[in-house]
Amino acid sequence: MRYLPLTDADRKAMLAKIGVADIDALFADVPPDKRVNGRLDLPNAKGELEVERQLGRLAALNTPAGSVPFFVGAGAYIHHVPATVDHLIQRSEFLTSYTPYQPEIAQGTLQYLYEFQTQVAQLTGMEVANASMYDGSTAAAEAVLMAHRITRRQKAVLAGNLHPHYRETIETIARMAGHEVVALPPAPAGREDLAGQIGADVSCVVVQTPDFYGHLHDLGALAEKAHAAGALLIAVFTEAVALGLVQAPGAMGADIVAGEGQSIGNALSFGGPYVGLLATRQKFVRQMPGRLCGETVDKEGRRGFVLTLSTREQHIRREKATSNICTSSGLCVLAFTIHLSLLGEAGLRRLARINHANAVQLAGLLAEVPGVEVLNETFFNEVTIRVPGNAADVIENLAAKGVLGGVPVSRLEPGRPELADLIVVAATEVNTDEDRAAYARALREVL
Amino acid sequence: MSSRQGRPTAPGDAEVRESETFTGNRGLQIEEPLIFEVGGIDTTGVDLPEAPQVAARLGPLERKGQIGLPGLSEPETMRHYVRLSQKNFGIDTGAFPLGSCTMKHNPRLNERMVRLAGFGDIHPLQPLSTVPGAVALISELSHWLIELTGMPAIAMTPKAGAHGELCGMMAIKAALAARGESRSVVLVPESAHGTNPATAALLGYRIEAIPARKDGTVDPEEVAKRLSTDVAAIMLTNPNTCGLFERDVVAIADAVHAAGAYFYADGANFNAIVGKVRPGDLGVDAMHINLHKTFSTPHGGGGPGAGPVALSAALAPFMPVPYVVADRDGLRLIEHAGSTHSAPGAGVPSPLVGEGQGGGDSRTSKGGVPPTPNHSPQGGGESARRSGRGAVTFEVGAQSFGRMCAFHGQMGMFVRAMAYMLSHGADGLRQASEDAVLNANYVRAQLSDLMSLPFGDRPCMHEVLFDDRWLEGTGITTLDFAKAMIDEGFHPMTVYFPLVVHGAMLIEPTESESKQSLDQLIASLRGLAEAAKAGDAARFTDAPRFAPRRRLDETRAAREPKLRWTPPMPHKEAAE
Repeated sequence: MRYLPLTDADRKAMLAKIGVADIDALFADVPPDKRVNGRLDLPNAKGELEVERQLGRLAALNTPAGSVPFFVGAGAYIHHVPATVDHLIQRSEFLTSYTPYQPEIAQGTLQYLYEFQTQVAQLTGMEVANASMYDGSTAAAEAVLMAHRITRRQKAVLAGNLHPHYRETIETIARMAGHEVVALPPAPAGREDLAGQIGADVSCVVVQTPDFYGHLHDLGALAEKAHAAGALLIAVFTEAVALGLVQAPGAMGADIVAGEGQSIGNALSFGGPYVGLLATRQKFVRQMPGRLCGETVDKEGRRGFVLTLSTREQHIRREKATSNICTSSGLCVLAFTIHLSLLGEAGLRRLARINHANAVQLAGLLAEVPGVEVLNETFFNEVTIRVPGNAADVIENLAAKGVLGGVPVSRLEPGRPELADLIVVAATEVNTDEDRAAYARALREVL
Repeated sequence: MSSRQGRPTAPGDAEVRESETFTGNRGLQIEEPLIFEVGGIDTTGVDLPEAPQVAARLGPLERKGQIGLPGLSEPETMRHYVRLSQKNFGIDTGAFPLGSCTMKHNPRLNERMVRLAGFGDIHPLQPLSTVPGAVALISELSHWLIELTGMPAIAMTPKAGAHGELCGMMAIKAALAARGESRSVVLVPESAHGTNPATAALLGYRIEAIPARKDGTVDPEEVAKRLSTDVAAIMLTNPNTCGLFERDVVAIADAVHAAGAYFYADGANFNAIVGKVRPGDLGVDAMHINLHKTFSTPHGGGGPGAGPVALSAALAPFMPVPYVVADRDGLRLIEHAGSTHSAPGAGVPSPLVGEGQGGGDSRTSKGGVPPTPNHSPQGGGESARRSGRGAVTFEVGAQSFGRMCAFHGQMGMFVRAMAYMLSHGADGLRQASEDAVLNANYVRAQLSDLMSLPFGDRPCMHEVLFDDRWLEGTGITTLDFAKAMIDEGFHPMTVYFPLVVHGAMLIEPTESESKQSLDQLIASLRGLAEAAKAGDAARFTDAPRFAPRRRLDETRAAREPKLRWTPPMPHKEAAE
């Protein structure tokens, strides 16, 4: 087997050195009646070519984003990733290293974590960011738990336009941990009264902008209301590119920002792995979950970086830790930070403008299709359209015509018939004029 | 793994010495500034067209002012990150015997496979009719994990080991609730990973520690003493963090079940026993599998991981959404709790295994839906499972506790793990486990005369644990010893974990090390051990001397946390 360097002669010599007769002597503590003894209902080893063939066959059954006009978003976005990113994240020293617990030989990882933390803080307009969470949804759930610790209250209010998967992720942990969640019903037109829900027992209000249906929200007034009641404002986003063009949540009074970083540097990959961004104010940093990289000096006074404030973490504090998280999203962080370094402020702003312009153009084209209504007044690169009839059928019919036209809301909100005619449609820089025209044409045909 | 027990965190007398070169570089070790110190606010390494002119629809929410993000041209970017990479030690650099972390070879075939457009460029919410290959891959991987764990169902969505623990413990809590019970205690051995107590505490459980007995394993009597109708579960790592197989695991499982509690197994060390013994046959109710450890999806400097959770028939109904079921219509992805579906387990041919296979029949591909929970490797369950007509005694996910994260899990890790498993096959996976155990014991056998083994000189599993008794009187700590290994060109072993052993040094060579490599590691460790005993303390307390950095001041980092670069970029107009 090509991955196993020991030869049979090696094995024999090593067993002799150890002083046992055979390998099973080393498994002596395993109850004999429980051993597998060679019978597994699985095939045997394969060469590289054969594995490529088998997996290639499975991959070929799927329709990748680049092969068709593609407008699917709702929490994950197709963006072009420069070749440099993918090359660099496969550098052996990045790909095959561990969490940087031995900082003297992990300065590469530590420095990019430090750069990432700074980039995320700048992007979100917050003071400090951690070294990543699993993804946006789990970052949002951790943000809620963090707010509970800070406020010593245990009730979260969720905007109806929070991504439904994020809402469910928060609800699951709340239900299991015995916390309270009030989730407002979806408001696809974009208007809801969250302020009215903030009582003296509320720890946090969780609101997404751009929201699940694409609307942008000014969080300023809501932040003031929350703060007046002693609650925190948690701002969520799923499309990080938006921050190149729209107001940063930190500038609108957010106390914690939780977002998905996939759309910078990371592939769609059917939903994971992605990278959760979590940022907050300096004063809350000791209640933050996850790893933090900090600057220090070495014995010779040279600048260096280490993981720090570890007394928040499970490997030191065990049951008193701020979270159970250990492994987070290292390589996805690296992809994010390299792509953002390449873009820089100028590139990110331009990328965001292209996304917005493409969405404006698409919304205009779709609104001209008879029977179609665009619900958004404001948006970044995603809008919600109402179609006559069943949105899921429309999407299937579009797919049959070779257009992946978005996400029917019913896929995520199956229990709400009032949303069954809605489609969330995203446009990014990958879409061409022809793609948009093809979408509008196909939509006319299927309606 | 690492912790701070007894660990000096500040360097000794700060000896600031002059740079030996004008640049501060040392040959191939090139000092690299932060991007914030070299990048420009107007610089970009991505050529994008002008945005089309449109009437903006941002309302009043267009960003005002500068973001403060530097950009680099492509060559600058390349050089920046290549130089950073050269300050890192990876598995490809040299031996990386980091106990409990399983730093095995990361095949590049896995990286090629995950980058196939049909896996990498598919969206989690595009129509399911356009991603049958993705659903089939999840199902196929589930099938392999079911077969290897001997457990009837797999929850695929957890994003890393600790997330998997949360999944398993939530399934347990949900199962208890379904029985109308609310228990408050979780038993955790003192040697457990920190994630175990942290996970249980997250769900409101009170942790009760179980001391290790003299031989480093858990005493079933100690477990029995603590069991009551208030105990929800035990969280047990097997092989445990001392590198030992819990030989009384079946008795422990029986006692736990007799008390109406559940057995959560931390699968971090599953790599020692894959193909040798199946957790399901030992009475485990839930076990996460670190795909990034056992099945070699890379660690990537701290993730991303993937932590699918194998579940017993008792817990399978509570598994989180989404999950894949196989029924008469083929494979289906169930995305919502409360969805009704039967679990008939009709054998669905896997698209992966169209042709004849050596070693066994893997035509059944059921993402977590076998027809019988009483499957045994030799018994009648096998044929029932193959024919797909066995009695259905539970429904996967029928009482799902809900959703743990957006979308369907770490697909990128699933593809890598699948490539790894297909490459090894059943025979190769078993051989990998055996070689991992062999390598660890080879290291043990050749160091036991110099270094002290806390639980006696007996066979270990995939990792060997030493303590620091042998360093007594030398003035050298475990940390010093680890840092001296860096100078010798190795990544240190895990230090100060598990906590049950003083000054722990946990060595896990993995199956990826050749005998020559092990011999070199052993010779180096012996040399260091002899130097330590001979009083050559400076070699250790000064170490590392040849790494990109000398020892770093962790105390200072924690006392005055500086967690981001400041000040922000000078304010001037952006490019556009």
